Amino acid sequence: MARTLDTTPAVEPRTAGERPARRRFRQTAGRQHHAGPLTYVLLIVATVVSLFPLYWNVVAASHTGDRVVQAPAPLLPGSRLLDNLSFAWDQVDMGEALINTTVVAGLVAVSTVLFSTLAGFAFAKLPFKGRGMLLSLVVATMTIPPQLSVIPLYQIITDLGWFDQLQSVVLPSLVAAFGVFFMRQFLVEALPVELVEAARMDGAHSLRIIWHVVFPVARPAMAVLGMLVFVQAWNDFFWPFIALTPDGNPTLQVALAGLGAGNHTVDHAIVLTGALISTVPLLLVFAFLGKHIVGGITAGAVKS
Amino acid sequence: MATSVRATQDGTPPPAAPPSPPAPRGRRRRPGPGGWRSTLYRWDVKAIPYVFIAPFFLTFAAFGLFPLIYTGWLSLNRVELGGTPEWKGLENYTDLATSEFFWNALLNTFTIGVISTVPQLLMALGLAHLLNYKLRGRGFFRVAILAPYATSIAAATLVFAQLFNADYGMINSLLDWFGIDPVDWKNSKWPAQIAISVIVTWRWTGYNALIYLAAMQAVPQDLYEAASLDGASRWRQFISVTIPSIRPTIFFTIIVSTIGATQLFGEPMLFGGSVGISGGSGHQFQTLSLLMYEKGWITGSLGSASAIAWVMLALLLLVGGVQALVSRRNRKKQGD
Repeated sequence: MARTLDTTPAVEPRTAGERPARRRFRQTAGRQHHAGPLTYVLLIVATVVSLFPLYWNVVAASHTGDRVVQAPAPLLPGSRLLDNLSFAWDQVDMGEALINTTVVAGLVAVSTVLFSTLAGFAFAKLPFKGRGMLLSLVVATMTIPPQLSVIPLYQIITDLGWFDQLQSVVLPSLVAAFGVFFMRQFLVEALPVELVEAARMDGAHSLRIIWHVVFPVARPAMAVLGMLVFVQAWNDFFWPFIALTPDGNPTLQVALAGLGAGNHTVDHAIVLTGALISTVPLLLVFAFLGKHIVGGITAGAVKS
Repeated sequence: MATSVRATQDGTPPPAAPPSPPAPRGRRRRPGPGGWRSTLYRWDVKAIPYVFIAPFFLTFAAFGLFPLIYTGWLSLNRVELGGTPEWKGLENYTDLATSEFFWNALLNTFTIGVISTVPQLLMALGLAHLLNYKLRGRGFFRVAILAPYATSIAAATLVFAQLFNADYGMINSLLDWFGIDPVDWKNSKWPAQIAISVIVTWRWTGYNALIYLAAMQAVPQDLYEAASLDGASRWRQFISVTIPSIRPTIFFTIIVSTIGATQLFGEPMLFGGSVGISGGSGHQFQTLSLLMYEKGWITGSLGSASAIAWVMLALLLLVGGVQALVSRRNRKKQGD
């Protein structure tokens, strides 16, 4: 039974991947105007503005600190990249921060995707009392900024001896309202309620339905949500900055904040090498999976 | 324990509830076909939605709601870091009302918010319009303008702090090339606020453009055809077809950007370098979040910091209220 569900055509139109998006594009914008030269010029300008700071980050990380602060600023890469990298890795412990960040972002992404899918499925397809009200509550919580919780949380983690420990940044992020809403929006349209009912008729209990019906249908959205949450957790700043210390057990962002404040060095080449180390892994993810992330952002937004 | 999934090769629907063995003790006797299996089944159907949403609500209760309320209580007390609270009533709020630092931070949050949000959303709208043409390299452009979104606040700000450096930064070199005198981006008020807004704008414009693009692609084609039959120019079509059609999305991005602008913290802090925590040497770009951090973790008065947090909540509730009003009016207009 699960086999046949896997290939249900109903899944197709909502996948966030490349092909359906293109097909939809053709349908809706097929008769639209071709771009003129001015459009290309403007888009190339936008691309250059978007990418230049990243390029210059590489340039600055490949020179000496003295060269970086000398006018005119360097425009072409120098030869010091490996030296700077090894200095940042050994002396500033960017390596440890990289591992910490990977662990935190990985745990947060997996748990958020799992819990968001369960809750999103319940909100999308299961009838229960108070569903509409509770869903509005989920959406409303998205507007509450982290500033409202950091003071008590700081006291709690200090009391528990969790200050500067990774669990203090993982636990509050185990599931996010955004994820619940995202999965709900996807499953409302992607999962035919007949599938759930048929499985119920067969006497399948809920965990079985989750495993054999919901997960196969939700997989593309789960992947996109996982990437979005991973990026967000990787780049999270405010709470990690309070809960962790640059010299103790930092994530990359906290370590960078320490570098930026001149904790280890005022060598700007090293500071920007740290920035590079924190950015490159995500840029690699984007280079390979960017199309899917783009699809995910647009898919999530149309319905919101 | 698991109720079996019955394979139905012939396609006939199985009975609604699986036949159950006779209840051994018959204590939980119910009308109709029943027994522990169907009880379990019914319990499963009824309770499981709450089980599925429980992780979110438990996490929110522990790390969102409880701290929010506790922050409210703290804001009515004098609390030192690590000390015991002492009831003060509204004193923290009245202190804020007479504090020039608070009004300065509130105003800075507002001005930086406007300078970073308005051009950002307008440019995103324009970019989305361009991307909506039939294009070569569409995928490339989309990923390229999204790359800043993948860059962290810290990394982006540290790079831009160099580009905006008054002595050797590339932006002043560029201005010099156009014959404009060098600008002291960090120490003067408006240049600093503009520089910080540039960082925010750089990170978020592409993201918002993609959201607008998705909304634009959902606009029915016949609206454009009707407009062009009426002789409307492309600009006219953009103004009177595209913009009204994607109004809910525009509205959504305004709300999200406003929420983001209210909490601005990392960009001004790291842009300011050694004086970042106080928002520049003359507090010229101290935001509410920075002031809150300074009160709580530098001065050590958590009560004041909590009061600032609640002021931020009040501001956001105000924004949310306006949003609810406007979207209700919109819905009425559409006749739903």
